[in-house]
Amino acid sequence: MTTLASILMDGIAYGMILFMISVGLSVTMGLMRVVNLAHGGFAMLGGAFTHWAMTAAGLPFVPAAVLGLLAVMVLSVPMERVLYRPIYRMGELPQVLATIGITFIMIASVNLWLGSSLLSIRLPAAMSGAVDLGFRTLPTHRLYVLGAGVVVIGGLFVLIERTRFGIKLRAAVDHAGTAACLGIDTSRIFALTFALGAGLAALGGILGAELLPIDAYYPLRYMILFLTVVAVGGLGSITGSFVAALALGVLDTAARYLFPDVGTIFFYLAMIVMLGLRPQGLMGRA
Amino acid sequence: MKFNGLMGVALAALLAGVGSGAGADVVKVGVVASFSGPFAMYGKQFKDAIDAYVAEHGTKAGDHEVQFIFKDDGGPNPDQAKALTQELLVKDKVNYLAGYVFTPNALAVAPLIDQAQVPTVIFNAATSIITTKSPYFIRTSFTTPQVAAPLADWAIAQGIKTVVTSVTDYGPGIDAEKGFAKEFEAKGGKVLDAIRMPIQTTDFGPFMQRIKAAAPNALFTFIPAGPPAFAFVKSYADNGMAAAGIKFLGTGDLDDETTLQTLGDAALGIHTSFPYSAAHDSPMNAKFQADLAKVNPGAVANFASVGAYDGTEALYRMIAAGGTDPDKAMKAVLGASWESPRGPITIDPKTRHVTQNMYIRVVERDASGKLINKEIETIPNVPDLGLAK
Repeated sequence: MTTLASILMDGIAYGMILFMISVGLSVTMGLMRVVNLAHGGFAMLGGAFTHWAMTAAGLPFVPAAVLGLLAVMVLSVPMERVLYRPIYRMGELPQVLATIGITFIMIASVNLWLGSSLLSIRLPAAMSGAVDLGFRTLPTHRLYVLGAGVVVIGGLFVLIERTRFGIKLRAAVDHAGTAACLGIDTSRIFALTFALGAGLAALGGILGAELLPIDAYYPLRYMILFLTVVAVGGLGSITGSFVAALALGVLDTAARYLFPDVGTIFFYLAMIVMLGLRPQGLMGRA
Repeated sequence: MKFNGLMGVALAALLAGVGSGAGADVVKVGVVASFSGPFAMYGKQFKDAIDAYVAEHGTKAGDHEVQFIFKDDGGPNPDQAKALTQELLVKDKVNYLAGYVFTPNALAVAPLIDQAQVPTVIFNAATSIITTKSPYFIRTSFTTPQVAAPLADWAIAQGIKTVVTSVTDYGPGIDAEKGFAKEFEAKGGKVLDAIRMPIQTTDFGPFMQRIKAAAPNALFTFIPAGPPAFAFVKSYADNGMAAAGIKFLGTGDLDDETTLQTLGDAALGIHTSFPYSAAHDSPMNAKFQADLAKVNPGAVANFASVGAYDGTEALYRMIAAGGTDPDKAMKAVLGASWESPRGPITIDPKTRHVTQNMYIRVVERDASGKLINKEIETIPNVPDLGLAK
């Protein structure tokens, strides 16, 4: 019973971090139809900026994290305009090649700038340590991640389903030409959505750094993880990513509790079975 | 006056040139290591240490001029290491080889160096069997059992009776688990659970809960430096393991000096075993670090730099005594002892591996607030325990 509760606690916390990092990819990949393998790069840049702001500029965690988040969003706008705009029109394979190229550029830049060692982000006292839950303790940091995850999914739902921006975005995605005829500035919508996706990646990178530590090779190290969550959840489905991330997190955690030697095989097995049954993902549109 | 002085210098240089031209030759050393990619730290540490050694001792070993040629194998990549080594042997005609960060890379070149009879100094790769693969291999780093077993002895002496081992599930991790468990059980300790953790895991919460449930006196871990080591140490602190009375014992791979500062307060009080700590208190170590700072300000000394520094000493001894004669060179270094920045070392003539002190260290903050590996106990003259069966 205690083990079961422990698995659920750890699994949901881990899944929430997976969700936070992957949801941005789900937004850009699903809504904008671009296979952006450089997504993890934005998460890494968010972490790198935050690390830099804390160590070189001596800022405390919260302002440094806000700065990291804003820096990534600001950087993503010219990147979208110069690099990604031609990529939208490419086929899937050229998209993959182009965005993996961007990933390598990001890795090399961070390597040159901050080196190849770990870029640690020290949490403030309020977020570190452990909370006693009675039957066990849970790192305090996980509670913040749980909270942030709930806020993100709620915020995205409202933004896409309930605001004018969301309506325009969905229109632009369904048929950019028609949307433009109706007076929607599609290129501006795409730029904003791209910045949103990059910002979500950065937020996930910063908050998830305790579990997925930041270093220059972060985008490649965890690429499979993000892609799995998005593929299992269904492209473009935020709820799908959420459910997939939590399910995969709990499953992976359960495997580690019960059969540590077999390792990560369950994670991939679940992915294969899921995609075999539903190639479009849990909540993807066929 | 000034002109005369210059003339004098020029003349002396000319004479020296003529003098050395008669007896001296150039002996080439090929260094194969990772200078790019995720493991670029090793190449950088090797090169800094070689530069520091050369700055201190000059470019001549005995009568011979020494020239280093560096090649980048990019990581654990045996094919690439083999191709580069072949190129060094055939095209550059090197007389010595050195470097080799990873076991598969070192194993891949064994047939080549055996055939070419080229003495090869391994600066890092830590699996015991490597030196058995060719009589021309020498190693100046350490092996995993050499580090793990002394820690088991120390744990017993501290009154630790039960442990859970949790190691990364790959070759060196399993070596460490066996090395530790064998010694610990031989001395009357009990291993309650042996966990092998998938290599890419960074969420260690579940393992910590499992260890906590077994309630041992201590946990023993081997985990390579980098993101997993960072997450493991964090997880140990966040899950309140120390408060539950479970001590942290590990090999020094996880808190080497290049990553120690990033671990932060979570690392305070953990115990590790390793041949080298930058905080080792000796004039030799102080001088080594000063020399290192001269060639590269901001350089951090760690096990990789000291492995390369002692390896360069071995190369110089071989070149001075043997020149380009491999067997004379090998004879000069087998059984040799000298003072290293890590303490006294000997190249064991039988295993061709370095016999050295192991240190039990605890992580503390020094006067300036930096984290250090403070040596609290010395286990003298530990041979490679992996082959002693």
